Amino acid sequence: MKQLTVISGKGGTGKTTLTAAFASLAKNAVIADCDVDAADMHLILKPEILEKEDYYSLEIARIDPELCIECGKCREFCRYEAVSENFEVDPYECEGCAVCTIVCPNGAVSMKKKVSGQSFSSETRFGPMAHARLGIGEETSGKLVSTVRTNAKKLAEQYHKDLIIIDGPPGTGCSAISAITGTDLVLVVSEPTVSGIHDLKRVLELTAHFMIPTVICINKYDINEENTQLIENFCAEMEIPVIGRLPYNDIVTKAMLQEQTLIEYAKSSACLNENEFADQVCQIWARVENILMGVQDKQTGIKTLKMKNL
Amino acid sequence: MKIAIASGKGGTGKTTVSLNLALSLSDVQLFDCDVEEPNCNLFLGFDLEKVEDVVCPVPVIDQEKCNICRQCSDFCRYNALAALPTRVLFFPSLCHGCGGCAVLCPEEAIQESQRFLGVIEKAKGRSSPEFYRGLLNIGETMTSAVIKELKKHIDDHKTAILDAPPGTACPVITSIGDVDYCVLVTESTPFGFHDLKLAIGVVRALKIPFGVIINRWGLGDSRVEEYCKAEGIPVLLKIPNDLRIAELYSRGIPFVQEMPEWKEKFLSMFEAIKLQLAGVEEART
Ligand code: SF4
Ligand code: SF4
Ligand code: SF4
Ligand code: SF4
Repeated sequence: MKQLTVISGKGGTGKTTLTAAFASLAKNAVIADCDVDAADMHLILKPEILEKEDYYSLEIARIDPELCIECGKCREFCRYEAVSENFEVDPYECEGCAVCTIVCPNGAVSMKKKVSGQSFSSETRFGPMAHARLGIGEETSGKLVSTVRTNAKKLAEQYHKDLIIIDGPPGTGCSAISAITGTDLVLVVSEPTVSGIHDLKRVLELTAHFMIPTVICINKYDINEENTQLIENFCAEMEIPVIGRLPYNDIVTKAMLQEQTLIEYAKSSACLNENEFADQVCQIWARVENILMGVQDKQTGIKTLKMKNL
Repeated sequence: MKIAIASGKGGTGKTTVSLNLALSLSDVQLFDCDVEEPNCNLFLGFDLEKVEDVVCPVPVIDQEKCNICRQCSDFCRYNALAALPTRVLFFPSLCHGCGGCAVLCPEEAIQESQRFLGVIEKAKGRSSPEFYRGLLNIGETMTSAVIKELKKHIDDHKTAILDAPPGTACPVITSIGDVDYCVLVTESTPFGFHDLKLAIGVVRALKIPFGVIINRWGLGDSRVEEYCKAEGIPVLLKIPNDLRIAELYSRGIPFVQEMPEWKEKFLSMFEAIKLQLAGVEEART
């Protein structure tokens, strides 16, 4: 079973749109929406939930006012300033470290589980999908990302799928790390803006750090062709393949408003421009599939991707 | 006054709004709280200097003193310690620096040292806006720790604008938790609308007064506007889906610099926010 993660340095680069298009093109795949902070894929894929499970992150502390003698030890030892002056625990600040439980002389503190979200196993018109919803202000979404990935693997086994397509979260923090570790290929969707280039370099550092083969797709390349050239030069130098560039096209928003993937939308569109755009996405997908198969050949010694340390 | 600029997710134009607002006001501080991907300075181009390192205390185990009682590894909620038959292993990247293991160890075998999580930087000399940012080291997960350190540089006598990270998880809460007002940036597409509702959930849970900016206005449909109207949420500003703005953005130029008429709009938005807050105050008393 192969795993592909699609990420971007930041949101809004068209990552989910592209991933959804891939989902409609892939023949035998499970889709995993790992952008758990702001999961959007379900808006297009309309999953029908088969299984739902509560997700518990770390426990948080609770002080029993009956037992508390207001000695202040917990406040003194809590490094996250989560205990207030009147000895109440702020659930947003508490990191669940449990230090207060060991320093309290009167056993007034206990650790309480709390539901921090839900994970789902679902069915879509393009195959099984694993996704989740994180409760507001909840922590450790990295752990929820891992839960979604585990569910995706289970679905893949259950339905005999040989590929998992993961829509990753933005950034380079804990959720992004959880979404890319152990995957076979990372596709970075980049944008030719000054900040896009900067974000691209940060995520490439991340994929290099975890030694994951990486390819790039430049979206909206025509909003600044000079910057597109900069990205291509940089990638050539780093020996990271740029496997496609897509122009700016309204089809992305139009398809979204119809709750369709852009491939579906293009099928009913008579617009040449839009059809061409969808064709380009198909080509990018074909390349991704080829590379994934190449990665598979690693055992036989064929190396498809070169990665230089950044 | 502290104003955070947030949105349910990235790419909606948070940084654009933060920058243009900061550049339209005087005597203002700007904080880039998106420490995983701080982008503000790409548009400002300030020379930065390091203000401080952000560190996290980590245990150092004296293997001589340790009798492998396993108390520390059993306690650690983040699995940063693992007791083997012959020694205790430590995984720095998992440690949150809570200090519990050192408190617990009956043999006093644990001392603390420091691990570097990232840095806080500021614009050199006198700049307008006064600018600070945090930068998380690659591969690190303690995002909120860096944001907390960054926010210690807020000067309460000035207007502080905080460019929040995307999402609705811990780093966002840390960034916007104690601000006076939150500006939510969105676009009127199904994704934008969905993410806006998540963001509204966050600010409502935190009881922060807020308003909405619709970015790339004209793209998509009118669902965001209709929703805001129905919910009585002020739409503070509409930034059109303008090729010129997008082009300036791609080149790293805040658009108020080339389109000065927008300064006025950001200024009046700032005044509207103050009025809204005054109203909130009045309603409270
Ligand atoms: S569990 Fe840790 S973070 Fe929470 S209140 Fe106790 S000491 Fe503070
Ligand atoms: S350490 Fe225990 S007894 Fe002391 S203030 Fe905290 S909760 Fe109360
Ligand atoms: S300081 Fe806390 S998080 Fe770090 S190893 Fe010790 S118990 Fe675990
Ligand atoms: S608590 Fe102290 S003595 Fe016990 S295993 Fe940990 S370091 Fe060793």
